[in-house]
Amino acid sequence: MASTRGKFETRSPENEKTKKYDRQLRLWGDHGQSFLENARVCLINATATGTEILKGLVLPGIGAFTIVDGNNVTGEDVGRNFFLLKHSIGSNRGSAACQQLLELNPHVRGDYIDESCETLLATNPSYFTTFSVVIATGMPESTVLQLSKLLHVANVPLLLCKSFGQIGYIRLQTPEHTIIESHPDDGFDDLRLTDPFPGLRKHVDSIDLESLSRAEHAHVPYIVILLKALDRWREKHGPTSLPTYSEKKDFESIIESLKFKHHEGDDTPHVEPLNFEEAIKARARTLRKTEIPDNVKKLFEDKECENLNPKSKPFWIMVRALRDFVAVNGTLPLRGSIPDMTSDSDSYVRLAGVYKTEADKHCEDICNRVNEILTALGKPLDIVCEPEIHILCRNSHTLDVLRTRPIFEEYERPKSNLITDSLRNNYQPEEPEIVYYVLLRAVDKFFESFKRYPGCLTHLMETDISKLKSIYSKLVQEWGIGPFPKDDLIHEMCRFGASELHTIASVVGGCAAQEVIKVVTHQYVPINNTFIFNGILCTSTTFDL
Amino acid sequence: MEAMDQGASESTTESSHWPSRWSDIEKILNRTGPLSMPEFEEGKLPAVQKDCNILVIGAGGLGCELLKNLAMMGFINISVIDMDTIDLSNLNRQFLFREKDIGRPKAQVAAEFINNRVPGVKVTPYYAKIEDFDAEFYKEFSIIVCGLDAIAPRRWINRLLCSMLEYDDHEELEPETIHPLVDGGTEGFKGNARVMAPGITACIECTLSFYPPAVNFPMCTLAQTPRLPEHCIEYVKLIQWPKDKPFGETEIDGDNPEHILWIHEKSLERAAQFGIHGITYRLTQGVVKRIIPAVASTNAVIAAICANEVFKIAYSCYPNLKTYVMFNDTAGIYTDVLEPERLADCMSCSIKPRMLRFPRSATLEDVLDFLKESPQYQMSNPGATTATHEGQKTLYIPGIKSLEDQTKPNLSKTLEELGFVDGQELNVTDKTSPTGFTFKIRYE
Repeated sequence: MASTRGKFETRSPENEKTKKYDRQLRLWGDHGQSFLENARVCLINATATGTEILKGLVLPGIGAFTIVDGNNVTGEDVGRNFFLLKHSIGSNRGSAACQQLLELNPHVRGDYIDESCETLLATNPSYFTTFSVVIATGMPESTVLQLSKLLHVANVPLLLCKSFGQIGYIRLQTPEHTIIESHPDDGFDDLRLTDPFPGLRKHVDSIDLESLSRAEHAHVPYIVILLKALDRWREKHGPTSLPTYSEKKDFESIIESLKFKHHEGDDTPHVEPLNFEEAIKARARTLRKTEIPDNVKKLFEDKECENLNPKSKPFWIMVRALRDFVAVNGTLPLRGSIPDMTSDSDSYVRLAGVYKTEADKHCEDICNRVNEILTALGKPLDIVCEPEIHILCRNSHTLDVLRTRPIFEEYERPKSNLITDSLRNNYQPEEPEIVYYVLLRAVDKFFESFKRYPGCLTHLMETDISKLKSIYSKLVQEWGIGPFPKDDLIHEMCRFGASELHTIASVVGGCAAQEVIKVVTHQYVPINNTFIFNGILCTSTTFDL
Repeated sequence: MEAMDQGASESTTESSHWPSRWSDIEKILNRTGPLSMPEFEEGKLPAVQKDCNILVIGAGGLGCELLKNLAMMGFINISVIDMDTIDLSNLNRQFLFREKDIGRPKAQVAAEFINNRVPGVKVTPYYAKIEDFDAEFYKEFSIIVCGLDAIAPRRWINRLLCSMLEYDDHEELEPETIHPLVDGGTEGFKGNARVMAPGITACIECTLSFYPPAVNFPMCTLAQTPRLPEHCIEYVKLIQWPKDKPFGETEIDGDNPEHILWIHEKSLERAAQFGIHGITYRLTQGVVKRIIPAVASTNAVIAAICANEVFKIAYSCYPNLKTYVMFNDTAGIYTDVLEPERLADCMSCSIKPRMLRFPRSATLEDVLDFLKESPQYQMSNPGATTATHEGQKTLYIPGIKSLEDQTKPNLSKTLEELGFVDGQELNVTDKTSPTGFTFKIRYE
């Protein structure tokens, strides 16, 4: 495996590429961009949905794409697909789309294979396993099943996408996807107040509130105030005690008692100190036992972490080092950053330094442990680099692994209970999204039987409605699910007539592109595993099917 | 303001019809279904193509997507307003622009691209500010779609559309004065879209709390107790730049690398003084320009939702979004639809202007006297203002001596002399009511 060191190099500010990608680099960073630029994706069928997905990947600078498509461009295709031109009617669809997509970004490489997915699966199936992600659109059920089995074994993520009238569908199949930076919205502060590390203890003990002037006192960071208050609390209630919600008032009065004491004859007007206000506000958020989150515990118990071997991925080697760290220290490595708070510069910077020093120490321990593990496995040390471990340590509480159920399993053994529950637990007047899932599956069965989609020919609308209804009823019976939705939606599915509306293709395109970005950057959390968008109501639901 | 040259479009010579071009949308437009709105009529594509004028405000990340989506959904009369020119950092998502277009007006390049790419579509670009146009311009559009990155212009267009509403003598809304607004917004992986029928659904002003104001650091933190790298950069930007004047009297230009480099350097110096770490060129630029992160995918989703709503409004083929959707795809993909309520006293959409009919020769005093004497209003000593292009204009303020003396001469001027056009609003305050009254002056 090539060294990963390169991807963390800092780029010069005047680099043209960083300027172009500036707005996204602020989200996933230079290292995320590097993962993206090293990714190769395969799109099966240049449908409108498919090219909209590629647009969302070519613009931010995916490394390369290949379109596999044996179809020729039709007039209908040009009417709904922005990346096909009228003069291409009759020529290969993948080739025509490839040309227009490449125009979007000179940094991206792209090519096409003028063959159907079915042919390629028969002649050269391993070709599909060479990609970082395979995106499939416009595929019949039988091909989906073949591809799903092939890619599951090869451990290549598969994203199956569909736009059907006002309905959008995205299904992710990923045998194992590891997440390092989830970027959760709730800014979690790792302050360790309930069990201060020695550096923090020493720092806080060195501050004597009584001896401070009024101005200095008003600039003591709330971390120090809270820890001093907790010390007093514990003198009374025991060395590991924490104030509960009902004891909130008692604890707040301790904080009050630490406030600056007025001296006789001091006639400075009284101003409520902001730092004490912040301390009271931060109490509930910060005075919590530092625990190992469930997602991380789950990783520690994972067989990949348990049974390291020379084939183990760097992620699992780092997780194992993390687990060994926790075994010794009892907690995850410190994040090392503190939020902004009322304070003078010097007090803040010194306190921030105390956290940083401790975090660096933890990180170094884990780096050493990673090296020990690598040596024991007989692997070169440079397959995991230090900046990577730094990022892992900073985000150790958000690590996660996602193993979705394979599509072929979903088709062989549908989750009847989950579907029935979703049908029953709907308190909206409108039909729940799960109905559209069942309907889409019924539509696929319709296609397998009649080799066309229901409602695509207007003069057959009425017969198609009753045909789809009977297929749907059969499916519902087979799966043992219920209750039935109204016939209305069966009628609307036929009205859609497999139309690929450009707007719905773009909604699916945007969402699916972001899912691919999540998969290749190991940042943010992908769907697990089926996303249904209802364009009529503008609602959506994700199901683990 | 005249429309700009539309650029060489082959669409006029090349046939824009070919077999099955619109077959996908026709499946939905030529056949009804149980979910259609009651007013849905089959086969309206040609009529809507002919008569429906769509205005897109903004030709940035959302605007490019909107133009593409509307053109691909069969709309052929589209206008676009944008006051910006193309920058390199737009190219990661504003996909109608190429490197060769940098520096050119966004509206113009976007219109050229769509006109060349999608046969038969006519996008008319306006390289201008929305404030450059008045109600006469905006009322030509059937539906207005916004893809803006700031709140102020949203509020402006919202107010204008609300002010275009007219009510009949029973205070019932005249339906033809409603110009629906579809609005989208994005920030990183989050976005929102809404459908607004002014006077019927909650307007932008009713839900101002949805748009939190920008957070500013307190000045004393910047000057005395900086703690974060951002504090140092803001200090250099707000205090050191005007003091040192490194480039003379020029203001900071966030796109000028020399300016950013200077701020970067000075911020590093200031940070070093306080022992603060973490200042980078990118952070400096982000703070100075208040950059909001943006990706192609979120813009694609939000613009597509907006265009889908425009399609539904134009054809009544399906009900509309009621009325606001939030989107976020950081953890999985999440949407949430909510229907905010109208504010009963909303300054923009809940004021029903009443008609006042006067001859052009009537003086301001005649109007105010009418308001005092009319049994319906019985005002005691009304004051009046009116909204003009230059902003709010004071006509008469009684009660405060200096202002009264200053505005008294207006009383004897005729409405025409005061510059009133037919339909202009007159805002009246009087001590008999805690809130003001809005009237529309109609010439007899």
